Amino acid sequence: MKDEPSPIQTNEVGLDKLKPALTSLGTPPEPPVRARRGNTIHTTSELAIGEGDVYSNEAEIEAVAGKSLWRDAWRRLRRNRLAVFGMVFLLVIACASLVGPLIIKATTGYTHDYIPSEASLIKSFPPFTDTDGSFSWKHPMGTDTTGRDILARVLFGGRVSLTVGIISTIVSLIIGVSYGATAGYLDGRTDDVMMRIVDVLYAIPYMMVVIVLLAMFSGQTPHGRLLLLFLALGAVSWLTMARIVRGQVLSLKNQEFILAARATGVSPTKIIFRHLVPNALSPVIVYATLTVPQVMLQEAFLSFLGFGVQAPLTSWGSLAFEGIQNMAIFPWQLIFPSVTMALTLLSLNFLGDGLRDALDPQMRRG
Amino acid sequence: MLSFIIRRMIIVVPMVLLVVTITWVLIRLAPGNFYTGERRLPAAIEKNIREKYGLDKPWYVQYGKMMGNTLRGDFGDSLQYRGQSVNQILLRTLPVSATLGLLAYLSALIVGVSAGMLAAMKQNTTLDHASMALAILGISLPNFVLGPVLVLLFSLTLYWLPPARWGGFLSWNLVLPVVTLSVAYMAYIARLTRAGMLEVLRADYIRTARAKGLPERQVIFRHASRGGLLPVVSYTGPALAFLITGTVVIERIFALPGLGNYFINANLNRDEPLIIGIVAFMSITILIFNLLVDIAYAYIDPRIRY
Repeated sequence: MKDEPSPIQTNEVGLDKLKPALTSLGTPPEPPVRARRGNTIHTTSELAIGEGDVYSNEAEIEAVAGKSLWRDAWRRLRRNRLAVFGMVFLLVIACASLVGPLIIKATTGYTHDYIPSEASLIKSFPPFTDTDGSFSWKHPMGTDTTGRDILARVLFGGRVSLTVGIISTIVSLIIGVSYGATAGYLDGRTDDVMMRIVDVLYAIPYMMVVIVLLAMFSGQTPHGRLLLLFLALGAVSWLTMARIVRGQVLSLKNQEFILAARATGVSPTKIIFRHLVPNALSPVIVYATLTVPQVMLQEAFLSFLGFGVQAPLTSWGSLAFEGIQNMAIFPWQLIFPSVTMALTLLSLNFLGDGLRDALDPQMRRG
Repeated sequence: MLSFIIRRMIIVVPMVLLVVTITWVLIRLAPGNFYTGERRLPAAIEKNIREKYGLDKPWYVQYGKMMGNTLRGDFGDSLQYRGQSVNQILLRTLPVSATLGLLAYLSALIVGVSAGMLAAMKQNTTLDHASMALAILGISLPNFVLGPVLVLLFSLTLYWLPPARWGGFLSWNLVLPVVTLSVAYMAYIARLTRAGMLEVLRADYIRTARAKGLPERQVIFRHASRGGLLPVVSYTGPALAFLITGTVVIERIFALPGLGNYFINANLNRDEPLIIGIVAFMSITILIFNLLVDIAYAYIDPRIRY
């Protein structure tokens, strides 16, 4: 994030400089009650306390250079090989899904729903095979039963799957964060009622309601259904987010900067969204990263049952479903979409775990 | 404790009615109904049908009738399966889904807990890393991909196990569906167990137990597991909800005559009584299991009081 030194931060650094890295007893000095770094005034650097390295010599030097919680976390994240793998893979798959279909269209003329007009081409070719069985780069993943290029379909399906994952997560973020922060900030009774509602909602068999919703509105256009899918999946995955945010807000709301904000007459809405939410950000980011693969799995599951994305649109879930029909004869129709999807989910899980370890060192494994 | 259980039992009824209401509203808001098919019915026949099923009455009468039925636990006859009441279908399909779900949860519990405990005890060894890598793979692999791949391998290539269909309780037919369903929970439970155990193993009372000179086995099983397995217990509630959606897919893949399979068919055919019956039944099951989990929680962790 932003690293320009702020007046508050320079103060803190000045304080830090006075402290020796180790006390005469050879133990790290007691951490200051609340150290804040970075110019987002209330970053949760509280989390970094307890990490020995904040008070080590190296950190002392970096602190002078203005080391924020975020930069610190980024450094830890980069050291986590699995998380880096996840990031790189996600970047590659996102770029490929964005520009890949265009490149394929420009070079071979195939799109995700282009069915060749020649009868001899309407069959499933294995990967890297031409019509006469010789090696060719034309279809690196082969074609499906109607002769459509699987690579183009997988990349296009990636667009849909990733979009569903991201948009639904954003929907759940918006609902969950505002709900949780409001519940946590308001007085005890309102909080009780709001959280009891969440408890109650937890016990609803969501996917069944989502299935009913999508089945009943199956007459929509493909894009209308996609929108329905975003909303439905987002609306059912905000509960845990609300709990997490509420927990954070509860622990933050009695701190002095909130008292100060209230004393200077800042409105409750502004306190919640400008002061409390930014401080609760790191667990939210971690949980959001882990929500994306969950939502993508649910989308695939719905598409697999025939309630999700519909032709001419396609997603990894519906591609896997098509592949399963012919898996004994044309295994590549199943393998490529499902491996791509599994790798993406794996990367997201790695990244989420890595982010948790990086942003919340106390939770770190081992 | 007793008053807590009673309070929770009382809340089950309005909750189920809420879920049923949401479902009913969704079904009614959508255009069309069971009878809007390919062929348009003659007006006279349509009128008769509407009268027979009470569709000519105003919506609040229909809604009231549906709620009354739900409260009495009698959901009427299925529209699609002629001459069968929803309750008959529920009774017939429940054992299938319950067997599948319980077997899957048990195997997930046994394998997951042992793998997680082993990983926690041998932290940062190859065993630990390998089992956690497997676990994250298990979480990321969709079960509708895993299932067909297992069928391809064990049924269509090696001919070891039957590929699909219901063969009665405790038949070989159940092996593949149960494995497919349980893998994701196994992975989740293994991760939860490992994290929980690692946290507990650092606690002071474990150090005390070790300092007393207790054998390591007793420290792990008597002292640490009690606190370390709490997250697994609280995961049982959500796991049940996921298991139910999981069985839907598994029953579809392996052509098992369970609740999930009927639920999907009911949705595709807009079989309103059956949809409502299954949704109500599932909600009750989930609510009661959540209650059981909370009670179990209080027994395991004496610090929790209701």
